[in-house]
Amino acid sequence: MFLNQFLLLSVALFAIGVYGVLARRNGVMVLMSIELILNAVNINLVSFAAFTENLAGEVFALFVIAVAAAEVGVGLAMIMLLYRNRRNIDLTELDLMKG
Amino acid sequence: MNLLAQVNDFDPLLSGEVVVAQNIAFTILAVIMVVSALRLVTTRNVVHAALYLVLVLAGAAGIFILLGAEFVGVTQIMVYIGAIVVLFLFGIMLTRGALGTEEEGNKEPRLMASLVAGLLVVVMGGALIDTFGDAELLRSAPSTTADISDSIFSQYIVPFEATSVLLLAALIGAIVVARKD
Amino acid sequence: MTDLFIFASAAAELAENVLPLGITEGGSWLLRNAWLIPLIPALSFVGILFFGKRMPRQGAELGVAAIGIAFVLAVLTGAAWMDHRDNYHGEEITQAVIVAEHGDAADHGEGHAPEHPSLAVSNTVTWFQVGGMTISVGVLVDGLAVMMLFVVTLVSLLVHIYSTDYVGGDRRYTHYFAFLSLFSASMLTLVISENTLQLLVAWELVGVCSFALIGHWWEEKPNSDAALKAFLTNRVGDMGLLVGITVLFFSVGSALPDAFGSFSIATTNTLANSGLLSHTALLVSATCLMAAVMSKSGQFFLHTWLPDAMAGPTPVSALIHAATMVVAGVFMIARLYGVFFEGFSIGGSSINLMAVVGGLTTLVGASLAFVQRDIKKVLAYSTISQLGYMVLALGVGAWTAAVFHLFTHAFFKACLFLGSGSVAHAVHSFDMKSDMGGMRKAMPQTYRTFVIGSIALAGLPPLAGFWSKDEILAGTGGWGLFGGTGGNGAYTGMLIMGMVTAALTAAYMTRVIYLTFFGDFRGHGELHESGPRMVVPLWILAGLAMVAGLFNLPPGFQLVPESMQERFGHYVEPAAAYFPGISHASPSWSLAIFSTLVVMAGAGSAYWYYFIKVDAAAQASGQSLTELSNGPTSRWPLAKMGHNLLENKYYLDHLYTGIIAGGTKGPLARAVYRFNQQVIDRTVDKVGETAVVSGQFVYDKIDQLLVDGAVNTSGHLASEAGGELRKIQSGKVQSYAAILFAAATVLAGILIVIV
Repeated sequence: MFLNQFLLLSVALFAIGVYGVLARRNGVMVLMSIELILNAVNINLVSFAAFTENLAGEVFALFVIAVAAAEVGVGLAMIMLLYRNRRNIDLTELDLMKG
Repeated sequence: MNLLAQVNDFDPLLSGEVVVAQNIAFTILAVIMVVSALRLVTTRNVVHAALYLVLVLAGAAGIFILLGAEFVGVTQIMVYIGAIVVLFLFGIMLTRGALGTEEEGNKEPRLMASLVAGLLVVVMGGALIDTFGDAELLRSAPSTTADISDSIFSQYIVPFEATSVLLLAALIGAIVVARKD
Repeated sequence: MTDLFIFASAAAELAENVLPLGITEGGSWLLRNAWLIPLIPALSFVGILFFGKRMPRQGAELGVAAIGIAFVLAVLTGAAWMDHRDNYHGEEITQAVIVAEHGDAADHGEGHAPEHPSLAVSNTVTWFQVGGMTISVGVLVDGLAVMMLFVVTLVSLLVHIYSTDYVGGDRRYTHYFAFLSLFSASMLTLVISENTLQLLVAWELVGVCSFALIGHWWEEKPNSDAALKAFLTNRVGDMGLLVGITVLFFSVGSALPDAFGSFSIATTNTLANSGLLSHTALLVSATCLMAAVMSKSGQFFLHTWLPDAMAGPTPVSALIHAATMVVAGVFMIARLYGVFFEGFSIGGSSINLMAVVGGLTTLVGASLAFVQRDIKKVLAYSTISQLGYMVLALGVGAWTAAVFHLFTHAFFKACLFLGSGSVAHAVHSFDMKSDMGGMRKAMPQTYRTFVIGSIALAGLPPLAGFWSKDEILAGTGGWGLFGGTGGNGAYTGMLIMGMVTAALTAAYMTRVIYLTFFGDFRGHGELHESGPRMVVPLWILAGLAMVAGLFNLPPGFQLVPESMQERFGHYVEPAAAYFPGISHASPSWSLAIFSTLVVMAGAGSAYWYYFIKVDAAAQASGQSLTELSNGPTSRWPLAKMGHNLLENKYYLDHLYTGIIAGGTKGPLARAVYRFNQQVIDRTVDKVGETAVVSGQFVYDKIDQLLVDGAVNTSGHLASEAGGELRKIQSGKVQSYAAILFAAATVLAGILIVIV
């Protein structure tokens, strides 16, 4: 096995995640895309852990999972709040910063 | 005796057959993951998207196990698929009808997003191929859970504690943000 | 590394840097497994929580049964301890230490090697290991722990039984019993804690239970406020506890060869006694721990939560806020006495922080008890006052007297609280002035037990309070006036404070008895005696309040054989290396007689005022009075001022909320505002004026002619560019994110290409 096959898979997932974050208007979909990005990062960490035979990568992958759980919790809470206030979770309508 | 020694020397992880099997497994997983991820970000139905997310996450767990990180793989299944996806499904359920179908509308954001994503693939992929070319991933024995726990509870005890505080803060934060009054 | 060897060789081994700890791993099965006692109520808590509602009596029977079993075990453990104290000759655990070069260990603890040490039984298991440190959890059973186990389980058992009647039919009946069980479990864990970390955990747990039970009827705002106040005030002290424990941990580590710290109570105390720890560290940690004592045991000036805590159900007040939890602070001092004794240099001194805090508390509490209308608040202030007595006693080195007072106080104060609950149960109010009076006829049992409790509290012989109070007064050592010898110093000031409090205590209890049980009934409704489930616990406690004092008759007391003297002190006071070498005061007849006279004078003057003057006025006017219409407070302005001061609780709550909290936000904000207006604004104005003058000059000469043209051109350019860029500012987060990602990628690409 090559290291690169894992890293390139990770790149693909990362790019798809970024596409999702940028293109989708549904807040929940954006959160899911962020999960894709985080998973890409995790694959990267674990591949390097295997490559360098150092456990640090795996440990940090675990931390990323924990942080992802926290992020989803808070993110979904924000979307709930958004939904309650606007009956709508379309992110493109949030343009208070319009110049 | 000789035979026994040979048996002992034989490392299944480095034998050709296993590598082939690993590569086949990787290919299957990678294809499933990339296709599911693409469907995830393009599908109109949010519930389907969550199910595609399950596929991607399960694939990632498979990749972890392939890489010998069994504990991370199991944690991935338990935390991500067990908890986070359920959380997503709740989120979808509670905000249903908010944006039932995403109308076609403006093509501009998608175009822009594809451009950015493409740019990312080109830059990162190029850099990786350039740097790691054909670095081999030589497998030694998989890391054990005991190793990871030793590592977490000695070297990384402070980040570990910080994570627990972070989770608590997120918990309280989520309640404060989402509660009704 | 701890290694075992026989105590007899301890003196020889000292030179080789090994200290005996005064603890042993042997001992009877009951002593080594004392952890079973807290375990039973803990299991009962879980059981009640999950199955309580489905039980025929909604979980109460489980709670009563659990605490009953714990009580039986505690009694057996006590018996086992008595046997152990007299007959155990096992091996003592030792601790290797680093002896400092100057070696001033000689003038400290080892002089206190008794003929036959009372080795405490220690049994530990590893809790967790982190960074090479092993944190253990376990039991340290000695006389103090056994005594506390007995008191806590007994009072808790009686309160459980009493509660089945008192809170019967309550909407959170099951929940109430669950928390009583949890409280008992935590308190029992606290008293057998082997190390300070375990003590901290139990300490916080009892705090949580107290919070939950004070706020038992949280639907009413004052109750939930009181619960919060109790909890937050305790947090202040808990910080002290945390810091104190941490300081001790590292301080002890400095004397250990193979660890950087230790939470073990026996090790900490032994090292403190032996003089191997720096005095500064001990002083700092003792002061921090004192803050914890002040909040938990309601010492002046963090006592304000305790009267408010009376918002909880009365049995809870009896159990938690009189007999057990509030003495946790006193217990902690007694437990870590080596630290306090050395830290505050109690021996041979005449004043120290602990004695002063105790003395002030006892006076403040007793004086505030005078002006309360609410019977429970009188008792609450009385509790504060008596806790002050205990802290005072510990502060003057009278360890046994303090612990003995804790023991007797638990009985008579629980009796008084439960008695007040019984009265309140009948009239549905706690207000003595508007809803009580003349209740002795309707509630004879409650009346009798309450009077017994009051006499015990006031300290008239031969009831319990007399013996313990008298020991404390003797222990102050500041009594050259009365003859006698001993004591750890000359605490004359503390003796006077104690005497004054004794008089005040007798007086306010007389007032309470008059207002509650004499005169005419001022409330409304049918009066009736409480049921047997309330009266029987009252009588048990009243009986104990009568006889508890006899457990520790002073040495040299001629009326009983010598084998019956000082039994309590013999079994409870550790004679082991982890306990400092305190000296004991010998009792004095003249002091005992004088203090009794003082008590009689206090009670007599209150009797004269209420039972004679007020009663006569009431007869004359034909209505039930609670005070004279032309009493001293209305006649003398000074008395009026004093009364106001007391009514407002020495303005302490005003101090906290109005002056400290308000003072830091109001005036500070004003001061900052003024600084802002006068200093900063002025400066800015001046700078501005100067700028205008010079600007005018520049404008005329340079700007108009030279710069203007250039500026105009660039302005146009900027405007054009801005107009274009404005289109990007769509306000859509995702388009910003796209730009961010794209820019980051491009920059990364550039970096890769260059490097």
